[in-house]
Order: sequence, then structure tokens, then C-alpha cells
Amino acid sequence: MKFSDFVAADAIRSHVDARTKEGVIREMAQSLVDAGSIAAGDLESIVKAIMKREDLGSTGIGRGVAVPHTKHPSVSRLVGTVAVSHDGVNFESLDGEPVQLFFLLVSPPDRPGDHLRALENISRQLRDETFCRHLKSAKGPVDIQHLLEEADSHGVAS
Amino acid sequence: MTDATTREGEARVADIRESMSEQVVSREVVVGMLQGLHARPADQLAREARKWQSRIELLSDSQRVDGKSILDVLTLAAEAGTRLIVEATGPDAREALEAIGSLFDRNFNDQENNESR
Repeated sequence: MKFSDFVAADAIRSHVDARTKEGVIREMAQSLVDAGSIAAGDLESIVKAIMKREDLGSTGIGRGVAVPHTKHPSVSRLVGTVAVSHDGVNFESLDGEPVQLFFLLVSPPDRPGDHLRALENISRQLRDETFCRHLKSAKGPVDIQHLLEEADSHGVAS
Repeated sequence: MTDATTREGEARVADIRESMSEQVVSREVVVGMLQGLHARPADQLAREARKWQSRIELLSDSQRVDGKSILDVLTLAAEAGTRLIVEATGPDAREALEAIGSLFDRNFNDQENNESR
């Protein structure tokens, strides 16, 4: 699965303002509402579901990356977005480091395979230090979109 | 030093070498969770693997990945029913393999699997 298969380009944010875990999740979910990927009426329920998942164990998987996610019946296909925090946010990550790079995923409950393949793609690309570094230093959403496209087509060259 | 104590000393060194030697053990596991090997079990797996000195690797049909890295484990995208080989190499390989194998046997205590379907 490629980034372009699930990342809503209009919802990408290169500078999140929020300084807290819930704040970032809310800001990203709101960007999905603004991009038309999820309904405004589902915002609260989606944010609550993602926070509930975080309570089971942080999705801050290390290297300054977090993958907050949830299943939600309101979506018929996997939707997601990417955000960068330049200051970093305390996400109670496994390695204790603040998180700068966020991939938020909302998937339909009956499609666990798609969710796994999105996680696979994200983790595969994030093993590339150069890709992470470029994403974290992106100046605008368009930069991020280009990096994702580049990763989709052939991986990121250093 | 007498011959006997020298021999005893050598034997002890040999014992230590034996216990330090690279044991390689492996077993097959099946991903039993309905949601597959997703982020939470991948986290549990990597945490458990990191407790051991041995190298822990997971083998799928096409990949061999580091069991101590969540990112690596997630790249398996192992769905429910997938068969994997867990391989442990090192001084505590047997114990490590038993611990990792037991996580799979218990479906990582995945709540969703225990809920009524």
C-alpha cells in the first residue's frame, strides 16, 4: 500500500500548533474534517476512540514517530494524514523521546488487512533516516506531499 | 599449581565457553489475532525480545526481520493466520524463544480475540 492510497493530501500539516498528545490528535482529526475525509459530526467520537487506543499503550514507536490510529465505523475506507511538530510533543513514546512526526490512521472495522499494510508502508519508509529527516524539516504541506510521492515511487534517495 | 587444579580450571573455562556459545533455536508460530500482528502486539513483541541478550529474528516467506524493532516487525504486515518462524541466537536463546513463543500462543492477550465475535 502506498502513501497516496490513504493519505489525504489536503489534510497534511507541516506545523502543528498543539503541544499535547490529545491536542495533536484533535488537530489532525480536524484537518481530516476540513479535507472532507471524515464528517464533522464524527470528530469527537474519532478523537475519543484514538485516545482510548493510546491508553492501551502509546503509538509513539520511537525515532520521534507516532502512529495514532483507530478503527471507526464512520469510514468506508482507510483514511489518514501526516503532521509535523517542530518542537516535538510528549507522546509517552516507547523510547521517551518527544514526537515530531505523526501518521494518523482511521480505518473501517472490517478491514484489518488494509490497516496492517498501511502500518507496513509507514514503518518500512521510516527505517530510512533520510526520509525521516526530510519530513521533519519540511517547510510546507507540499514538501511533505512530494516526499511521500517520492517514497511511493522509488524510496527516498539520500 | 597441581595438574588436578589446572584440569579443574580448564574444565571450568570450557563450561563457561559452552554456556556463552551461540545457541540457535527456532520454532514456528501462527498469528492468531484477528487483527493480525498490528502495532500493539508488535510493541509487546519487541519489548519482550529486548529483554534477552540473544538476537531474535522473525522469518516470513519473504523477509527476515529484527524482533527487537517495532518498525521491523510491522514491515511483516502479518495478517491473522500467517505462519512465521521465530529464531533466537545467543546464550539465552532457549528461554527467549519460549517467552516469545508464549506471546503468540496467548495471542498477545489480545482483548478483541477474547470478546464475543
